[in-house]
Amino acid sequence: MNTPDAAASEHTRGSSRITPPATGAEASILGLGAYRPRRVVSNEQLVERIDSTDQWIRTRSGIVTRRFADEDETVAAMSVAASRQALAEAGIDADQLDCVIVATVSHLLQTPSVAAQITHELGATPAAAFDVSAACAGFCYGVSLAADMVRAGSARHVLVIGVERLSDLLDLTDRSTAFIFADGAGAAIVGPSDEPGIGPVVWGSDGERFDLIRQETPWPVDPDPGEEPDPDGIKGAHVLRMEGSPVFRWASFEMAKVAQRTLEATGLTVDDLDLFVPHQANMRITDVMARALGLPPHVVIARDIAEQGNTSAASVPLALRRLVEDGSARRGDLALLIAFGAGLVYAAQVVRMP
Amino acid sequence: MASTEEIRTDLAEIVNEVAGVPADDVQLDKSFVDDLDVDSLSMVEVVVAAEEKFDVKIPDDEVKNLKTVGDAVAFIERAQSA
Repeated sequence: MNTPDAAASEHTRGSSRITPPATGAEASILGLGAYRPRRVVSNEQLVERIDSTDQWIRTRSGIVTRRFADEDETVAAMSVAASRQALAEAGIDADQLDCVIVATVSHLLQTPSVAAQITHELGATPAAAFDVSAACAGFCYGVSLAADMVRAGSARHVLVIGVERLSDLLDLTDRSTAFIFADGAGAAIVGPSDEPGIGPVVWGSDGERFDLIRQETPWPVDPDPGEEPDPDGIKGAHVLRMEGSPVFRWASFEMAKVAQRTLEATGLTVDDLDLFVPHQANMRITDVMARALGLPPHVVIARDIAEQGNTSAASVPLALRRLVEDGSARRGDLALLIAFGAGLVYAAQVVRMP
Repeated sequence: MASTEEIRTDLAEIVNEVAGVPADDVQLDKSFVDDLDVDSLSMVEVVVAAEEKFDVKIPDDEVKNLKTVGDAVAFIERAQSA
């Protein structure tokens, strides 16, 4: 052990310079991927337990069918499938990834992150990897982080995944959630570009209303709490809860203001947009937001929820992918993304379509 | 200060715009859900439009107490005079 005097003679504390990190490039989304679980679940399959009808569900949510994952369609497996498509679309190999961000609230292990597992399965090791807990806003949070990484130079290519298996958390006897939530995965590659392809993020939180959408109890030890097997083989842990009316009010009206602020921050108006891709929470929310924003008729509005249900963090990339596949979106289109959910949290940005 | 009838008329216009219910059907004794078929989400839209129109605050917790058109008109009258 050196005496303080001896140490001081050999070393001047804090005198050496840190080499600054490399600076990056503008950032864009370079490719998108999706994985939709095989099993299609109709409203008819759910209505008995919630004393409802197909028509009631359609008019209150716009949902006609949703997908529930089978045993083998794990959070990791769905993510890997969506990511492979996104990598192929972007034309890059997994070993070119510098970071993998996974937005999810339904990976039932707190640690280790599912991002590290997915990174390994993709062959992207040793890319940095972590999970983000921002509920339904998670994908837009991830895109914001990824864009900042590329701009700052801490990563060149970042994989952002939004993935959920909400069927594991559902209470199929709960009228306010049973018919809404569903499963799936979407992925985007964020990487360098000559022109800015991801605009400024407008994001925030409101923790005073933490209990409007919530996991009611900690992860159950036994995910199937000893009940008779569901006739459709749907297991739910009965922990997801939502206060529908206040959430509808916040999402429809407050989020329309956030969307407007995002356009202003990006230097655009609704007339400049080609696509509006809100979190697929509820068709009625989408309709109110579109009306409040005054979207002109040329703007295509994503309505993936009709066939996919509300897939939380996965909904925005799944909706983007559907617009690409059905020809509604073209390369270079400007899309306003806005996502919002439990926390409460929200994030929005304008992106150029790959 | 607007009269009960003036508030009812303006509210009826809002209910008509949001839910397509004929304005003449929006009478004080009518239940939003049972008589006018205004569902819980449309009710939220009515409330938000009413807040703007009548310059009042209608908190989330209050919305579920507004069962009839009369309940809503009475709440707006109280809120305006507060």
